Amino acid sequence: MMTKFLVTAKDIRKDFNRRVIFEHISFELSTHASLSITGRNGSGKSTLVKILSGVLTPTTGLVSMAVNDSVLKSEQRRNYIGFVAPYLQLYDEFTGSENLLLSTHVRGRRGMSADGESLLKRVGLYARKDDRVGTYSSGMKQRLKYAFALLHGPALLILDEPMSNLDEAGIQVVVEVIEEQKQVGVVVVATNDADEARLCEENLDLNAAKMPQPAAFS
Amino acid sequence: MTLIPNFDTLEVSEEPFSALRSTAAVLKKDFASELRTRYAVNALIMFVVTTMSIILFAFGGESVSSEVLAGLLWIVIFFAAMSGLSRTFVSEEERGTTMTLQLLARPGSVYFGKLGFNVVLILSLSLLIVVLYLIFISNFVIRSYDIFVATIVLGSVGLASASTVIAAIIAKANTRGTLYPVLSFPILLPLLLAVIHATKLSMEGMPFAEAMSDFQLLLSYSVVVITASYLLFDFIWKD
Repeated sequence: MMTKFLVTAKDIRKDFNRRVIFEHISFELSTHASLSITGRNGSGKSTLVKILSGVLTPTTGLVSMAVNDSVLKSEQRRNYIGFVAPYLQLYDEFTGSENLLLSTHVRGRRGMSADGESLLKRVGLYARKDDRVGTYSSGMKQRLKYAFALLHGPALLILDEPMSNLDEAGIQVVVEVIEEQKQVGVVVVATNDADEARLCEENLDLNAAKMPQPAAFS
Repeated sequence: MTLIPNFDTLEVSEEPFSALRSTAAVLKKDFASELRTRYAVNALIMFVVTTMSIILFAFGGESVSSEVLAGLLWIVIFFAAMSGLSRTFVSEEERGTTMTLQLLARPGSVYFGKLGFNVVLILSLSLLIVVLYLIFISNFVIRSYDIFVATIVLGSVGLASASTVIAAIIAKANTRGTLYPVLSFPILLPLLLAVIHATKLSMEGMPFAEAMSDFQLLLSYSVVVITASYLLFDFIWKD
């Protein structure tokens, strides 16, 4: 039987220093759903995906997740979330494969759900897996983040600016990853790029959510 | 062939002992990271060597009372701890890996992993300082080793427990360097008074029972600080 995953956002609002970034954000995504979050710079795309991942708490509103109608506790959610973003950093002093092993152990698991080496081959880093991440280019680091995010078989894959720093081959891998994730779970993509947004079936435009206009450039 | 594993394999209830394994993994990661980067150790050793040299120059061969020696010992340990123990959280913040850790581990595992690392760091540091003291300061003589060892162990655990949670708080601040000792001092004051008193007793050769009240204070201090830190850490760590 296929496992049913459901993520629900109810009336989310986030303020920074009394400034409302966005409010009244509500949506429901179940297995096979894909959502792109778009909006101008400063509209809160990254803030919203951080709230979804549990790294930030919303000022008001609620994010809930359920597997087969059984609601997940907040401490259980991290094992169902995969996250890739330019501002997410892996440990430079460890090698690519050490970073993957470390992430499995820090999750409190004995083994990996996926074969770490297969994932490293998939993202094109197998030949450099024993080199320290500090020696990787920004594109290679972005590729490693995909292996890191997919290693535990996440039900919800959150991608913030998914193609940043990637070459043509890397972009192709990301397109495939998104398509595959749609078969088994939920994908959320935060982006400014129309082509990236088109990879998702649904769209949430944060420009439409209440937000003060940024100062006009003169 | 899809390489993305299906989350069907994940159980809603977590594996048993996963919190313990996660804590051990955070601790192991910090040690491995420290071995490769020498983020805290180099600064600590340089601090200890510099301070010891200044103390030796200041003494100039004069004989100093046990009260002054006990106080000086803990001044060196306190400031060395202040220069090194904040690194566990500050280095995560500076390198931008805080979010990675937030995505991977529950806050409790991060706190206890970092606490364990700081306890080991401060114990090794105290050991180094005591050895240097014994070698270079002729009238630093310990007559009750049981009191002294218990003081160093309980004092280090207490120092690490308070400084770990303060490090987590100041890692989010802009003025980290100056804020750390300033914030730590009032919280660590009861602990410092007890360890200085117990160290003096150990140098005077008092029986173990004489230092019991200090040890009770040190033990309860650590229990209270660790419990409060564990309960509050979720709020410090998240936003």
